[in-house]
Amino acid sequence: MAARGQFGGGGSALMIVETGAFALVLALVLSVLQTVMATAGRMRRSPVLAGAAQGAAIAAAGAVVVAFGALIFAFAVSDFSVANVAANSHTDKPMLYKVAAAWGSHEGSLILWCLVLTVFGATLARARNLPFGLKTSAMATQGMLGVLFLAFAVFTSNPFERLNPAPFQGASLNPLLQDPALAFHPPLLYCGYVGFSVCFSLAVAALIEGRANASFWPAWGRWVRPWALASWAFLTVGITLGAFWAYYELGWGGWWFWDPVENASFMPWLAGAALLHSAVVTERRGALAGWTTFLALLAFTFSMLGAFLVRSGVLTSVHAFAVDPKRGLMLLAILGATSGLAFALFAWRAPRLKGGGQFAPVSREGALVLNNLFLTAACATVLLGTLYPLILEAANGATISVGPPYFALTFVPLMAVAFLILPAGPLLAWKRGDLKGVGQRLAVAAGLAILVALLGWMAFEPRKALSAAGIGLGGWLVLGALAEIAERIRLFRVGLPESLRRARGLPLGAWGTVVAHAGLGVFVIGAVVETGYRVEAARTVAVGETVTAGRYSVRLDGVRIVEGPNYLAESGALTVSLNDGGAARVVTAERRFFPAGGQTTTEVGLDFRGLDDVYVVLGDRAQNAAGAPAWSVRVWWNPWARLIFLGPALMALAGVLSLLDRRLRLGVGQRKAAS
Amino acid sequence: MKRALLIALAAVGLMAAEPPPAPDRPLPDAAQEARAKALFADIRCVVCQHEAIADSPAGIAADMRQLVREEIAAGRTDAQVREDLVRRYGDFVLFKPPVRAGTWLLWFGPMAALLAVGIGLLTFSRRRRAETPELSVDEEARLADILAAEAVRRDPDAKASDD
Repeated sequence: MAARGQFGGGGSALMIVETGAFALVLALVLSVLQTVMATAGRMRRSPVLAGAAQGAAIAAAGAVVVAFGALIFAFAVSDFSVANVAANSHTDKPMLYKVAAAWGSHEGSLILWCLVLTVFGATLARARNLPFGLKTSAMATQGMLGVLFLAFAVFTSNPFERLNPAPFQGASLNPLLQDPALAFHPPLLYCGYVGFSVCFSLAVAALIEGRANASFWPAWGRWVRPWALASWAFLTVGITLGAFWAYYELGWGGWWFWDPVENASFMPWLAGAALLHSAVVTERRGALAGWTTFLALLAFTFSMLGAFLVRSGVLTSVHAFAVDPKRGLMLLAILGATSGLAFALFAWRAPRLKGGGQFAPVSREGALVLNNLFLTAACATVLLGTLYPLILEAANGATISVGPPYFALTFVPLMAVAFLILPAGPLLAWKRGDLKGVGQRLAVAAGLAILVALLGWMAFEPRKALSAAGIGLGGWLVLGALAEIAERIRLFRVGLPESLRRARGLPLGAWGTVVAHAGLGVFVIGAVVETGYRVEAARTVAVGETVTAGRYSVRLDGVRIVEGPNYLAESGALTVSLNDGGAARVVTAERRFFPAGGQTTTEVGLDFRGLDDVYVVLGDRAQNAAGAPAWSVRVWWNPWARLIFLGPALMALAGVLSLLDRRLRLGVGQRKAAS
Repeated sequence: MKRALLIALAAVGLMAAEPPPAPDRPLPDAAQEARAKALFADIRCVVCQHEAIADSPAGIAADMRQLVREEIAAGRTDAQVREDLVRRYGDFVLFKPPVRAGTWLLWFGPMAALLAVGIGLLTFSRRRRAETPELSVDEEARLADILAAEAVRRDPDAKASDD
């Protein structure tokens, strides 16, 4: 079995790996060509050169697809003559994790990064509705990014390097990573991270072109917004999958630890959320042009910073798996060069950008500016909390830790104030809003939100005022979103058929806003309830004994040894039942031992009870007082934990809804551009 | 043969991969135990990567939990327990860094960022407004008419011209 993969299974497999290595170099050359020809095309205003740059962009994407395919093939057949496969795979691994290991290592994840970068670059190159100058400049910028990252891959992190002699067996992938959620987490996250590269390129191009006419910025906003939306939606799903993985794989009962690596992905998300909202103002009113370009640069800068923080190992984290300080330095150089140049360009050109429409402080625009104010301040807080220990240690050697209590005191209040204001925003008119009118329209929602807070205060034990306020705040977001819909379809003011007709007529973008804000509210309620009222219990129990956590009891029914494809496990069957009767359910919690890496992981037993989770972790084997075998069992009752993952799912869905909006479809832009 | 080997390996791995940490013995007093649990979440395991001692399976985390419980049982306040841990392990051990000269930027930075971005946006919009020419008397009158008409139409759907 293992012998088949030894020498690449003969000539054909050998060729495939070499083809991949060649394709990677080819992609680098094509990216150089793309940059040069797009730049020359822009300077000479030559459609021929621009067309050649477009061809190069598409060919570069094709070449990286081939390279990535070859890498996946090498992993799929366990070709251990490839160093990267030998270091990260194992013949015993299930096929999904063999394939996923292709992007589990530093080299592989970099190829994935380049893949997304060049494929998005090709999509940008194929866009037909962009004006010549903007498009060629954007293609040149995107090509430059491709050159930097592909050169980094080819010269320092080539995943196709061979080993001679090839080892008999691979070193396997960290078993913590052998999980379905984590197999798909990096591709989604990278689509989000790298999607912002297109916003970055379009922003750089806009700064270079620096159009002063009033019609440019609304159109630019319309080109940037789909990329920002798509990237943000991908990032939302990617981060949520990561959080869910941490929740059930680490076995600590938590889902977000304010860990540096989590923060690294959260910063581009926050910047991207600010960009989304600011781009709406630029698109609709031509205003905030400079600020929107700044955010577009910032979002991708944070994406690169995230990659640097995770890959360089400068931060200690529970999530850092493939780290190398030397390569980190290279990434830092790329980050400094691209962002440094882009922000220098911004500082030079931004003062000359001509803005569009005026607006009063109380207006939709004003509300969106406030949104941006809070989101960027929140982003700065996360940045500060993440990098401060590093900076302080470098400055005077003092070591500190910045963890959840810090963010609870800084980030959370900022967001709470933003959430208080949020429901008013979508109800305000453009240019000049009527605050009193908005107040009247939100009065019912506000009253109900206070009621929700009171109900929350009474429903949960022990009673906590702050948690109740948080529940009310989440309710306020959901009710505010419903109030917006009610207002838009004139619910109860015109007849029901008329309201339904209006609901059908609402643009998808409007539904996107409502669903995203409601999703945020759902998340807030889940996060507050879970964090405020979770109950934990731990006990060393023998078979037949129980652990009680809040209203649930968990009985250990038995433990047996189970043999998995590449691990052995102690598998515990545990019965979860409500203390005051009700259905009992059996969950399985495992401790898995992976001989290939000598590591042990936990598989959490999860009993989904409505919105609640009963979360069971089987711990070490020990002996109880009587000398009988016993296991330490930890049980969490996590009330309303389901909402924590439902909320972001709604937000990602909202991103998709907005993307499907007629106004953002390419075809519409085309017709507009043609007319 | 392979299977037997694996099971033997697993037996070693599952039971003795790391020295078994001292078992957690909750304090008999529920209020004291709750205080201990709250402290566990804010104290960092000193050998782990960003893990609270509440979560960490490491032996030293178990020792630290034991220490916190002992001190609480001995009647010390939360602040005293924290001080004692800082004396032993340094500021590193607290997930909530102390407010002192070196951490002012950390603690007050978020407020400063909010003010900085706010002031930046404000001056930006001021300047933008200053750049726009003043309206003539005639234009002011027309604008007043239009705005008066608009105030009646309280319509969030009021579509911008580019819709």
